[in-house]
Amino acid sequence: MSMRSLDASAVLLVLVLGAGRAFAEGPNLGKPVNLTGIAAWDISVHPDGAGLPVGSGTPAEGAKIYVAKCALCHGQDGKGSAESPTPLIGGGPIADISASMKTISNFWPYATTVFDYIRRAMPWQQPMTLTNDEVYELTAYILAANKLIGENDTLSAETLPKVRMPNRDGFIIRFPDLIQ
Amino acid sequence: MTQHRRRPRNNQISVEAVAGNGLLDRRALLGRGLAFAGAMTTGATASLAAAAEPLAEPPWSLEPGAAIVPYEVRSRFEKSVARTLSNPNFRPGAQGARTPHHLLNGAITPSGLHFVVSWGGAPDIDPDEHRLVIHGLVKRPLVFTLDALGRYPMVSRMTFLECGGNSAPLFSPEPIQDSVQALHGLASCAEWTGVKLSTLLEETGIDSTAKWFIAEGADAPHLSRSVPLKSTLDDAMIALYQNGERLMPANGYPMRLLLPGFEGNMNVKYLRRIKLVDEPAMSFWESKIYTQLLPNGKAYQFYFLQEVKSFITRPSPGLTLKEPGLYEISGIAFSGTGRISRVMISADGGQSWGEAALQEPVLSKAFTRFHMPWRWGSSPATLQSRAWDEAGNVQPTRAQFVAERGELKKVPPVAAVLNQHCNCITSWAVDEKGEVKHVYA
Repeated sequence: MSMRSLDASAVLLVLVLGAGRAFAEGPNLGKPVNLTGIAAWDISVHPDGAGLPVGSGTPAEGAKIYVAKCALCHGQDGKGSAESPTPLIGGGPIADISASMKTISNFWPYATTVFDYIRRAMPWQQPMTLTNDEVYELTAYILAANKLIGENDTLSAETLPKVRMPNRDGFIIRFPDLIQ
Repeated sequence: MTQHRRRPRNNQISVEAVAGNGLLDRRALLGRGLAFAGAMTTGATASLAAAAEPLAEPPWSLEPGAAIVPYEVRSRFEKSVARTLSNPNFRPGAQGARTPHHLLNGAITPSGLHFVVSWGGAPDIDPDEHRLVIHGLVKRPLVFTLDALGRYPMVSRMTFLECGGNSAPLFSPEPIQDSVQALHGLASCAEWTGVKLSTLLEETGIDSTAKWFIAEGADAPHLSRSVPLKSTLDDAMIALYQNGERLMPANGYPMRLLLPGFEGNMNVKYLRRIKLVDEPAMSFWESKIYTQLLPNGKAYQFYFLQEVKSFITRPSPGLTLKEPGLYEISGIAFSGTGRISRVMISADGGQSWGEAALQEPVLSKAFTRFHMPWRWGSSPATLQSRAWDEAGNVQPTRAQFVAERGELKKVPPVAAVLNQHCNCITSWAVDEKGEVKHVYA
């Protein structure tokens, strides 16, 4: 801590005490921010659809983006590559306890996670560069290729949370006592 | 319990055996009254019986040494003490860097050797531009700079961090022959200093409907985990310092979430956002990656805790015993639910056990170093450690663990983390030549 900030703390302490307020309120050095100010970072999408942005996309539109921005690592057919061996498309019944068995179609419990993950982390070299429509389009392409939605379905904030994933009930919370 | 009483050959103090195959009473260690003979492969010594070479002045004592540098790096002779990398060419995907437990001692992991699991590389964050926002189900959303956080009351605590996938090679159907670094290197312990999350939440206020918070990083994948609020609020810290200096870049510079005892991945690095919510977000990492398949086809999710574990670091594979004699068995124990209360050692594959000495201080959710004197007479031995924590949890045997959690059908690559949350006993077999192998016993 610099002397300057020490001085600032001392001044703050005097001000707080002088105003007759308890010091337990803390330094109060956070700056207020409103929803508009947070929006660019507030990217979490929940299973009930909370956090999904305006926009929409179809599998056919997503197929074009997939070829241009995803196939290099995930393979032309979505079955994976040396760079990323886990397939995006396909996956048989889970027959071992290996994580290599887990795919979107046989394991992921919520379709909203596909949207959330693509938007925050993909493409690998350029995360957060896809438009919201493009993320809906890619999500639609992947879910349709896994036969989890129809080829002509359109995904949006209304329809995506309604996609029922096959393994939705395949989970056991290990330590439920730690969740209130 | 088998008891062996034998006169020591090479030592001046007689020590009572407490368990089979040469395990000696830990009280012999308290005053370090024993002259420990024998050596691992590093720092070779001659037999005690042979006379030492005549002493002479070495060249470094005959001239001034090097100028002192502003930031010191270790001796050039220590370069082999390094982390092993699972993805050294940084192909897209996770990178692991494992702590060399067999070459370290004490309870604190040097910052440069602290394990890392990285999902997008270490970002080059300008600390003056970094921001932490706390929002969601709070009364006043607030943004903090690093400079502002530096003016809040700070706390320090020693705590281990362990990847949920540490020790995954023990799910292999056959014991994988590799070092303790390869098997258990995704765990480390440091002193972390920072601002308690509860201190900041006093200023934002907490809405009564908040049950979780989302923690998110400023790295490329914007790594994100949902954390239960009530069970972490007492301990959760925004860590700003690691072993007294700012965090290492791969450990979250300039700030990370610290959740002592909780799965490593939840201790989100490059922390930039905390959002209080009523339900978990079910991110990629919590709904796919950090879940564990079970033999019945279901999967554990929200495992959260790193359960009680121990392993012997010396002797261990690669550290060959050069000659019969007295050795110190040493290792690490830790539990995500509190203090280590007891560590027992076996040298005969679990037939008999003796209690190890615990190095003070024994801290909650921190590495505890244990020691046990052992006389090795060149006959085969199988070394095991087993830990208990203050809550009464005990480390399972591998047979018990596998009966419940299953094992893989095929031997996996040692660095492939295909499974999570294995805390069973590790066994090292010492053969007549003193070579140490990983076995299931």
